[in-house]
Amino acid sequence: MKIIEINNLHVNVEGKPILRGVNLGIAPGEVHAIMGPNGSGKSTLANVLAGRPGYEIVDGELVFLGQDVAAMEPEERAQSGLFLAFQYPVEIPGVSNMEFLKGALDSLRAAREEPPLSTVEFMKRVRALAARLDLNPEFLKRGVNEGFSGGEKKRNEILQMLLLEPRLAVLDETDSGLDIDALQVVARGVNDYRDGLTAAGEMLDPGQVERAVLLITHYQRLLDHIVPDFVHVLTGGRIVESGDRTLALKLEEQGYAWLAS
Amino acid sequence: MSRGTVADTSVEALVKREYQAGFVTDIESDTLPPGLDESVIRFISQKKHEPEWLTDWRLEAYRRWLDMPHPRWAHVDFPDIDFQAISYYSAPRSSGDGPKSLDEVDPELLRTYEKLGIPLHEQEVLAGVVKDRAPGDAAGIIAGDGSAGGDRALESAPTGEAAEDAGAEGRSPNVAVDAVFDSVSIATTFKDKLRDAGVIFCSISEAVQEHPELVRQYLGSVVPAGDNFFAALNSAVYSDGSFVYVPEGVRCPMELSTYFRINAQNTGQFERTLIIAEKGAYVSYLEGCTAPMRDENQLHAAVVELIAHEDAEIKYSTVQNWYPGDAEGRGGIYNFVTKRGACLGDRAKISWTQVETGSAITWKYPSVVLRGNDSIGEFYSVALTNNRQQADTGTKMIHLGRNTRSTIISKGISAGRSNNSYRGLVRTTPTAHGARNYTQCDSLLIGTECGAHTFPYIENRCATATIEHEATTSKVSDEQLFLCQQRGIDPEKAVSMIVNGFCKEVFRELPMEFAVEAGKLLEVSLEGSVG
Repeated sequence: MKIIEINNLHVNVEGKPILRGVNLGIAPGEVHAIMGPNGSGKSTLANVLAGRPGYEIVDGELVFLGQDVAAMEPEERAQSGLFLAFQYPVEIPGVSNMEFLKGALDSLRAAREEPPLSTVEFMKRVRALAARLDLNPEFLKRGVNEGFSGGEKKRNEILQMLLLEPRLAVLDETDSGLDIDALQVVARGVNDYRDGLTAAGEMLDPGQVERAVLLITHYQRLLDHIVPDFVHVLTGGRIVESGDRTLALKLEEQGYAWLAS
Repeated sequence: MSRGTVADTSVEALVKREYQAGFVTDIESDTLPPGLDESVIRFISQKKHEPEWLTDWRLEAYRRWLDMPHPRWAHVDFPDIDFQAISYYSAPRSSGDGPKSLDEVDPELLRTYEKLGIPLHEQEVLAGVVKDRAPGDAAGIIAGDGSAGGDRALESAPTGEAAEDAGAEGRSPNVAVDAVFDSVSIATTFKDKLRDAGVIFCSISEAVQEHPELVRQYLGSVVPAGDNFFAALNSAVYSDGSFVYVPEGVRCPMELSTYFRINAQNTGQFERTLIIAEKGAYVSYLEGCTAPMRDENQLHAAVVELIAHEDAEIKYSTVQNWYPGDAEGRGGIYNFVTKRGACLGDRAKISWTQVETGSAITWKYPSVVLRGNDSIGEFYSVALTNNRQQADTGTKMIHLGRNTRSTIISKGISAGRSNNSYRGLVRTTPTAHGARNYTQCDSLLIGTECGAHTFPYIENRCATATIEHEATTSKVSDEQLFLCQQRGIDPEKAVSMIVNGFCKEVFRELPMEFAVEAGKLLEVSLEGSVG
């Protein structure tokens, strides 16, 4: 079974068609990259997968783990294992990262009918992940994304991904605004996720990793660090070209103009 | 959206709300017919066996009230109150001249308090403390599901001396409770333990009998009978309330607590609280309030007076959850309250902390008169309004002494079609050399149909005073909600988390068990604020 299958997806935003028949299937273990010029619908795809209000599905199917999720609430999709790393993570003043992460994890576990983690075990996991991502553990006491640098916000997204252990991670321009050091840290986190690193710090056996990644990016440089299995070009609301990672290199050399839109 | 529809989880659409304390207790009561004249006042005074000076004081207040216009300056809107349609006295019948022990109290009434989670039986409270308090952890009595400090404690109550001892040895502040039901004080727990410490904690009616000299000296000394319209009315007809006296140098060994409940129909509740801390004394006092759901509006006009002498400290915390009315604004309590403290001595400190989530209309300005040099006044407030609620609340800090300091932290949360106003006065007189005030006034809006207003008044007549005022207004944004949802948190929990974060600076001033309760209360009050 595919992790996600997108069939003939048409999406309007404020009545305007943005996605016009997207087809995409992602199998467990795969990393797919979506590239494309500004305004091609990349972020719309990420948002509609996560169920952000304001994105109207006018046609097509969104099948996640065998279930049509198009009518599901965002939190229900998250609870079934869909994660979105935000392009611009928003701040929530006064709510500490610690409370927020615990609240999120408890909700996801409750949905799976698992008891909440003990505070001790939770703290152990979060501290270990923070160290792996070069985040000062003091960040846990600060408000969610409050006063974070761009790089810290993105690393915090990756931390949440590793902590919450989703089945599909959609990364919306996670590389934007990162310097090269931060980019490597983020890439390492994504590779760890793909390879089956659990929140408890163990590695799953390769045959047991049932995770997939959808990278949305402008730049090929991210793909030097996270090697995709497939690269798709989205333009004019459709996937017009698919290939392996050499497609990304070609795009970098020649731009998008050669593609029929 | 057609087939791929995600319900609108933006912060619009504010509708329903459940009021969980809205039950009516079916007990027999002695209720005076509606109406107010001098004979009603004489009746109340006589019923309470009051001395002549007090009857005269009430009558004088009444005569002044008759000449006062109904105040209209607050940013709230309501029809004229017909003061002749209100009953000014209602007492549970079984109490007669006041119960001598819990055995004499109507069992129906005790069940009411159990429903409210008020630990009336001392042992229940103690058992709760023993059972729940982890080493070094201050959480306890009311922690848990919020509805049942008493119930839960009851299930696990060990018997007799053992519980008593365990409780007494714990470093925990136990809570002594005085409960006021409609107009009459029902039971005051922990009396013996307090008496050993020299602390007087009883109903004000009892204090009039037992300690008339103290009552006569301080009653009306901070809020004079003619202070304002509602204070004058209260002075004329107040029925009961709490009295606390902490002698010199005594640190009150436990939190003192009063629960007020309005039960009877068409009654007003006019309680009167008087707290005196002598030189070097300390007391922390908590007040909680609920009322049944009724379609009519009910009036609550209380007066609270605090007196702190030299080096004394009074910490007064309120969690106000009077019935707010339904989603369309029908019914609910008019909460028109005068609360004021006087720091009479040098280095005295008075701190007000309030969490106001209930009432159809709240009109309340807990204030501090800073008379002693180096005295300190504090006001920490969370006021939440939803649906059609209206709140006009804030504080007055009156700086008279040298180097007096005041801090005001106000957090207003507006949801639904409610209106929430902060109104505050900081005044320094020419004698207040080196006085300092810091005011921070934050508003949080949920949805687009509510209002937040700020009316800060600053009257500075002292060249060496420093007054700072900061204000912010923010919204619970759709982006914040979506972030939470994307991480698996449902929108109502998310809003409650965001609002709790917003209120953190105030909640941390509350005693721990109240902070837990306050957080839960916000959650309940916000129910239906996201669709």
